[in-house]
Amino acid sequence: MFRVTDKPINLQELVDCVTDPEAGAVATFIGITRNNNEGRKVIALDYEAYPEMAEKELTRLSEEARTKWQICRMAIVHRVGPVQITEPSVVIAVSAAHREAAFAACRFAIEEIKKTVPIWKKEVYEGGEIWIGTQSGQPLNRS
Amino acid sequence: MTVKVKLFAILRERAGVAEVTKEIKEGSSVADLWAILQQDYPKLAVPGIRLLYAVNRDYVKPERVLNNFDEVVFIPPVSGGIDVSRHR
Repeated sequence: MFRVTDKPINLQELVDCVTDPEAGAVATFIGITRNNNEGRKVIALDYEAYPEMAEKELTRLSEEARTKWQICRMAIVHRVGPVQITEPSVVIAVSAAHREAAFAACRFAIEEIKKTVPIWKKEVYEGGEIWIGTQSGQPLNRS
Repeated sequence: MTVKVKLFAILRERAGVAEVTKEIKEGSSVADLWAILQQDYPKLAVPGIRLLYAVNRDYVKPERVLNNFDEVVFIPPVSGGIDVSRHR
C-alpha cells in the first residue's frame, strides 16, 4: 500500500497490510504535525502532492529498501491537504523476519520521503505561511 | 508540438495556475521550457530556488529533450528539503 490521501490515516490498517507469517517484527513510524517550528507557533500544515508521481516514488523507494535489507512488506500513506496539530501526516509500516531490518528500512523510508517524493509542506503559522524548503511565503495581512 | 505542464505548491501559487498547455519548438529541452514559462509567468522566477524536473512522472535532467504530449513538472524543494546530487 503506497498512497496519498486526504483522509485521516489509520495506523492499524498499515500494520495489518504488512503483517506476514514470516515476519517477526513490524516497525512503524508516525510523522505528526507539531505546534512549533523554528520559533514559530504553527497552526496547521497543508500538504500538496503530485499524486501519481508520489505514489510511484513511494513504490520505488520500497523496492530500493528491499535491495538493502531483508524485509517482508512495506506500506506508506501520506496525507495531503490540511493536517491539524497532533494528527499524523505520514505513516510507515515495515515487516521483516528480524527487527534490525524492520527498523533500518523504516528509517530509510522516512528519510527518502523527505528527499525524493513530490509532496510539499506549507506551514501555516501565527502571522503567515511558508512553503518549507523554499523559505518563501507570504505574511498574512489580517487586521 | 504540445506539452502539458503541471505546477505545484509555491510554483502553482506564484503562476496562479495549476496546469498549462504549451506549444514549443521541436527539440526543446526541459530547461528551454522553463525559460519560456518564466517569460509567461515572471513570478515563477523564485530567487535561489533549486528545482528538480520530471517528465512523465520520472525524474530527468534539465537537458532532456521533450516529445509531443509529454507531461512536465518542475519540482520545488519537497517537504524535507532536497538532495540535488541524486538527480542531477
